[in-house]
Amino acid sequence: MDPGRIGALLLRHVYLYKRSFARMLEVFYWPFLDLVVWGFITIYLARQGAQLHGAVTFFLGALILWDVLFRAQQGIALSFLEEMWARNLMNLFASPLTVGEYLVATMALSVLKVSAVGSLMTLFALIFYDYDIFMIGVALVPFVLNLLISGWIIGVLTTSIIMRFGQQAEVLAWGMVFLFQPISCVFYPLEVLPTALQHIAWLVPPAHIFEGMRTVLLSGTFPQAHLLWATSLNLAYLTVIVAWFYRTFQVCKDRGLLVRVGE
Amino acid sequence: MSSAVVEVRNLSKRFNGFTAVDHISFDIAEGEIVGLLGPNGAGKTTTIHMLLGLITPTTGTIRMFGMDLARHREAVLRYVNFSSTYISMPYSLTVEENLRVIAKLYGLRHVQQKIDDVVKKLEMEDIRHKLTRKLSSGQMSRLTLAKAVMTEPKVLFLDEPTASLDPDIANKIKAILKDIRRSERLSILYTSHNMKEMEEMSDRIIFLQRGRIVAEGTAQEVVERFGQRDLEEVFLKLAREK
Repeated sequence: MDPGRIGALLLRHVYLYKRSFARMLEVFYWPFLDLVVWGFITIYLARQGAQLHGAVTFFLGALILWDVLFRAQQGIALSFLEEMWARNLMNLFASPLTVGEYLVATMALSVLKVSAVGSLMTLFALIFYDYDIFMIGVALVPFVLNLLISGWIIGVLTTSIIMRFGQQAEVLAWGMVFLFQPISCVFYPLEVLPTALQHIAWLVPPAHIFEGMRTVLLSGTFPQAHLLWATSLNLAYLTVIVAWFYRTFQVCKDRGLLVRVGE
Repeated sequence: MSSAVVEVRNLSKRFNGFTAVDHISFDIAEGEIVGLLGPNGAGKTTTIHMLLGLITPTTGTIRMFGMDLARHREAVLRYVNFSSTYISMPYSLTVEENLRVIAKLYGLRHVQQKIDDVVKKLEMEDIRHKLTRKLSSGQMSRLTLAKAVMTEPKVLFLDEPTASLDPDIANKIKAILKDIRRSERLSILYTSHNMKEMEEMSDRIIFLQRGRIVAEGTAQEVVERFGQRDLEEVFLKLAREK
């Protein structure tokens, strides 16, 4: 693992983002709009005196944490698309860059993206809605780390599908993560789901995180079991998905797809 | 011990029953320029992609600098680069930014000096701060060539490197390649559809047809073997047999 080559890939994306208005919108504009819309919804619910205990706390906290997952996934999938659109994959994979270094670079990129978006949303929530995400307490750190890993898992899965099936699959870079949203129980408790879906949701790490967040906010207790489940599942899935990516990369090289992806 | 820096043995590639490259073997010696000729679909680009580790061969071995490419990919590719009319570089970066990223990817030292040198050598001073998306096709070819020669390769694969260049720049590029070959003992595998260029540049020619090597030798030897007047006639004869 060569840090110089990982740094080279990061530098390439820094150059891209500093000059691209569209990419900056993706980091700042959409998260801000999300926050505005959900902020008003929560204010409305609070004014209605809804039976939702701490609606503002639930919804805005969930939204900020969901964006951690979403941006982490996009950090990986979109960086592959950027290389595909720029017809740069051959330059990268005919260089000494290894698949592992490529993955680590995209993961590091997703951390940068999440940090930028998360900081901004946290600040806006504080300014506009007097909402402080840090009220979640120390559990926030493992929550964010786990959501980051979940985002990587979905991002690597998405990238491997795009690499294998080409441009026709690129819409997954935006859509794949939403497949997991209903069973991640972002904005509602897991008990709302039908029983069969509840069983599936327990196998989804973000569901444990969002349940854990509600536990902290409702009872103030540290959700140890949820965090243990989320971390164990994440590590297991990450191992499987990275192995799957290596395998897909090999299949693409066998079938000559790597040099044609994006055509 | 062989002075070959590239040793290809029994290399073949099949895609779903179609044989793109059919059991070819050849060497490239240190400092040698080998022309890879053949009509469209003959297997030239697939061969280059296998030599770059982008396509896995169905059979055969590729050794460079005495190392097996499949087992020592990183070490081998550090000293290999390529340029092609068919590749691009990230459009949103300037020429210099693209070169800097490539320099770091190959672990070069004294990056700024290397960039300055290659920009000067390929007469790119006027475009070094230009966005890549604003380059003409000829300027883009120069950029991909610059990224290839900047990384101090020992082996260079060039797929029609002068295809979109005007004659003046094309001549300069060829002169630069010959110069680097002389000074750095660079080995080059070269494809082009310009037969005069092939004769001028290549020490030896490998003629591919339907994935197989049908002729190998100096341009003169290949012409004589097929009983034609020049390389262009040989090319036309083989292409029309297709």
